[in-house]
Amino acid sequence: MPTVSVKRDLLFEALGQKYTDEEFDELCFEFGLELDEITSEKEILIREQGDEKAEGASDVVLYKIDVPANRYDLLCLEGLVRGLQVFKEKLEAPRYKRVSPADGGEPQRLVITEETASVRPHAVAAVLRNITFTQERYESFIELQEKLHQNICRKRTLVAIGTHDLDTISGPFTYTAKPPGEIRFKPLNQSKEYTATELMSLYKTDSHLRHYLHIIENEPLYPIIYDSNGIVLSMPPIINGDHSKISLNTKNIFIECTATDLTKAKTTLDMVVTMFSEYCEEPFTVEGAEVVYPDGRLCVYPELAYRTETLSGDFINKRVGINESAESIAQLLTRMCLRSEVSGEGDLIQVEIPPTRADVIHACDIMEDAAIAYGFNNIVRSTPRTYTIANQLPLNKLTELLRQDLAAAGFTEALTFALCSEEDIADKLRKNIAETRAVHISNPKTTEFQVARTCLLPGLLKTLAANRKMPLPLKLFEISDVVLKDETKDVGARNNRRLCAVYYNKSPGFEVIHGLLDRVMQLLDVKPGRNQGYHIQAAEDSTFFPGRCAEIFSCGKSIGHLGVLHPDVISRFELTMPCSAIDIDIEPFL
Amino acid sequence: MHPMADNGLLESVLRLVEKVDGGTDSQDVAADLGVDHQVIVGAVKSLQALGEVISAEQKSSRHWELTGEGREIAEQGSHEARVFNAIPDEGLPQNQLMKMPSGKVGFSKAMSNKWIRLDKAHEGGPRVFKTVEAIEDTVRDKLQLVQKGQSAKLEDKEKNELKKRKLLSEVTVKSYWITKGSSFSTTITKQETELTPEMIASGSWKEKKFKPYNFEAMGVAPDCGHLHPLMKVRTQFRQIFLEMGFTEMPTNNFIESSFWNFDSLFQPQQHPARDQHDTFFISDPALAHEFPQDYLERVKKVHSEGGYGSQGARMLYKLAQQEKFTPVKYFSIDRVFRNETLDATHLAEFHQIEGVVADYGLTLGNLMGILHQFFTKLGITKLRFKPAYNPYTEPSMEVFSYHEGLKKWVEVGNSGVFRPEMLLPMGLPEGVSVIAWGLSLERYVDTHI
Repeated sequence: MPTVSVKRDLLFEALGQKYTDEEFDELCFEFGLELDEITSEKEILIREQGDEKAEGASDVVLYKIDVPANRYDLLCLEGLVRGLQVFKEKLEAPRYKRVSPADGGEPQRLVITEETASVRPHAVAAVLRNITFTQERYESFIELQEKLHQNICRKRTLVAIGTHDLDTISGPFTYTAKPPGEIRFKPLNQSKEYTATELMSLYKTDSHLRHYLHIIENEPLYPIIYDSNGIVLSMPPIINGDHSKISLNTKNIFIECTATDLTKAKTTLDMVVTMFSEYCEEPFTVEGAEVVYPDGRLCVYPELAYRTETLSGDFINKRVGINESAESIAQLLTRMCLRSEVSGEGDLIQVEIPPTRADVIHACDIMEDAAIAYGFNNIVRSTPRTYTIANQLPLNKLTELLRQDLAAAGFTEALTFALCSEEDIADKLRKNIAETRAVHISNPKTTEFQVARTCLLPGLLKTLAANRKMPLPLKLFEISDVVLKDETKDVGARNNRRLCAVYYNKSPGFEVIHGLLDRVMQLLDVKPGRNQGYHIQAAEDSTFFPGRCAEIFSCGKSIGHLGVLHPDVISRFELTMPCSAIDIDIEPFL
Repeated sequence: MHPMADNGLLESVLRLVEKVDGGTDSQDVAADLGVDHQVIVGAVKSLQALGEVISAEQKSSRHWELTGEGREIAEQGSHEARVFNAIPDEGLPQNQLMKMPSGKVGFSKAMSNKWIRLDKAHEGGPRVFKTVEAIEDTVRDKLQLVQKGQSAKLEDKEKNELKKRKLLSEVTVKSYWITKGSSFSTTITKQETELTPEMIASGSWKEKKFKPYNFEAMGVAPDCGHLHPLMKVRTQFRQIFLEMGFTEMPTNNFIESSFWNFDSLFQPQQHPARDQHDTFFISDPALAHEFPQDYLERVKKVHSEGGYGSQGARMLYKLAQQEKFTPVKYFSIDRVFRNETLDATHLAEFHQIEGVVADYGLTLGNLMGILHQFFTKLGITKLRFKPAYNPYTEPSMEVFSYHEGLKKWVEVGNSGVFRPEMLLPMGLPEGVSVIAWGLSLERYVDTHI
């Protein structure tokens, strides 16, 4: 969930009203935002870098506001204020308009060459004319680009935004791709020219930019945008040129978005221009730019597309559980920047979805907005009349019953991780990993999670090791799932519910573990005996001490092992006392 | 071990204690009764064991005591005195004198006291003569004073002198200051510690006095096993769902395909949850197979299910395959996984609780109503709902409850109505809504048992 940081006083000034922290928190909650933190630059610096670094830093109050991940229109102060003002009916949602150049001149043009196809094939562009920046607006403009880069642009992999002072460059612009050795320019905030190859090594140590290098690093051609004089605007998605950088005094801005996903590029461009066209001489107008594709096609951007959906008041009432007139629902939707009116036919409502609301895909999205405007907490809470009979999953029912009785038998329940290291289920148990039928994880962050466990024993032995200081004997059990490869399942693996118990004391206590088996079998109503009952018989298993291991059979079927653990197993789990263990599959008893 | 004291002695002690107000020292008792102090110490212990008959406070004191040699001198006189007294008026040959037990020490002391003289030139060998008529044996006198318990009459210098001669020693004595207890009596009744089968059989318990229990002490821990606290909470949640008529879903498949985990949940292809960073993917077995062909759109790598998903997709699909749709209420409580490095606030696996209701015409108000009932059973009655975003539900609501301790609203779960994009491809009839909520079991372990 993205967090937007805004200056409180600036926010209240824009909202035309002062709130207490509690009041503003309440407003956020109602609208689906969360006032996450109230802080200041100084406080943040003190927390992150200590008192000294924070000296002289600003103590202007900052609100950190969590915004839903699909609401790109709320990622800056401008968007937040607009959304809240419309919600509070203090403002009518603006209509965003694409216009032609005022003087009747030619629109700006961006020509895409076919070389881009292999690396970053899409580009869109637009112009903001006669904009007036202040320090705050300028910072917000930069910050919005960063927020978009982190969210919809998926860390610049899908889309990268470049903004330029149009008065320092001259179109038409060319978006092409070149071998890195042939690209040479002075990048943003550097004093000399570098080749693209040099830049990639320069930015290896840049705390911010190094995260984006991988996007093009191994490509034979790097994307690059030139103006008609060969001046580099940007080398997306890494860095802009220094020549065309914007400043507080910039009046006309050329915006380009290059992308691997055209839809996301259009949305990103729409967001940038709808948010900041507010500060243009003619507010909420955006000058269109032409994009020419390698095949000669010509498109004008930004699209700023409005579309209309029609739905009935009844649909919304029934889904939300309210009873409002179509007119009142239209009014609710209008408060969510979805300008709506009753169409005159029955209770049908025409809802206009603006370019800022890319998150509205389906009627249910509109329904949600109506519910938000109505107020989630004003909706009457009612019990559904759905009549059903409850059923327990038989396996879980059996597990619950056995757990109670094992605890009553003096064993304490452990809860251990289902993921573990390869070593835990193989080397430490004196087994070969290849024979374990273990499911392997390809991308674990730590070696503790390389495989799904194939038996419960390692978890219990680790629990013993962590509790060595407790008085002896230690008696632990766990009934839980292990995971085994299984060709017959669609995912190639299945869970298996197992019961495992350990007895750890100065003497191995085979008879204690054996007694536990007898008790479990008594609970499961299986009598001792060779055919229809259960019995144990000597077996060899590398985890156990030779001659001290038996295989357990129930109704002629092997269900597990019990025995005294091999001394090597004991020491590999950093234990020092003899230990006996039982491990059985309980699924046959369903 | 202290010597056992017989009842006669115990009663003698008690009679002495009765006579004195404000108590008496066990050493004095020993002196009065003419027995060794250690015997009285034993008696005090026996009396203490009878309950509140006496109270005895241990104290220690230092005093001077004669050594073995000191006692001999107190009886028979100092070596020098014995030497002096052995010498007749006509003197004694030195070699004969030296044969006396006290000869050597007594001779040199008597010489330095100038009580005797040695005539080396005497015919028949050296001979010893008295030089004074009578002597005063001060050493013996001093030791006798100490023996009578009057060591205070001696100066420290004198005592140290005698200590140097190994005639006196300073000892620490542990004694008791004995006073009457709350149930003081001069007669002894033995108290029993515990009721025995014999007492019950003979009825002798009626006449016995029983030693009081110490109710301040802790009991003996019962010899039993325990259930894991988190699993106890799981049982409680399970019970709540069953009370509400929810059927348990089979979720015992930790390995799930991307198809069921993401795609079927309308998780966008580029959603952050699909990242390598958040989800565990499986290298062996790497590929899932046998998807329902008509439902399958994209083939995915197999991976363990993410914490972002819902367990319900497979069950809803199964539900949609029925000839005629029947309303259902499902729940599950099982492990979910996410790719995290472990620390105090991050777990790579945790338990997700999930409830799902599918029926015709369910509303957002119904979802709130059922959540209200669910949380009321947990003892949480103050709820409010915040609009939120989940890829697979719309509307989505975060559930907040008012925490009386923290005095603020805290998030307790997430909920929503499944998107039609998710339900319709499964084949669920139009008009069927599916409402669902989820929360983490781990969050509740501190608050409920």
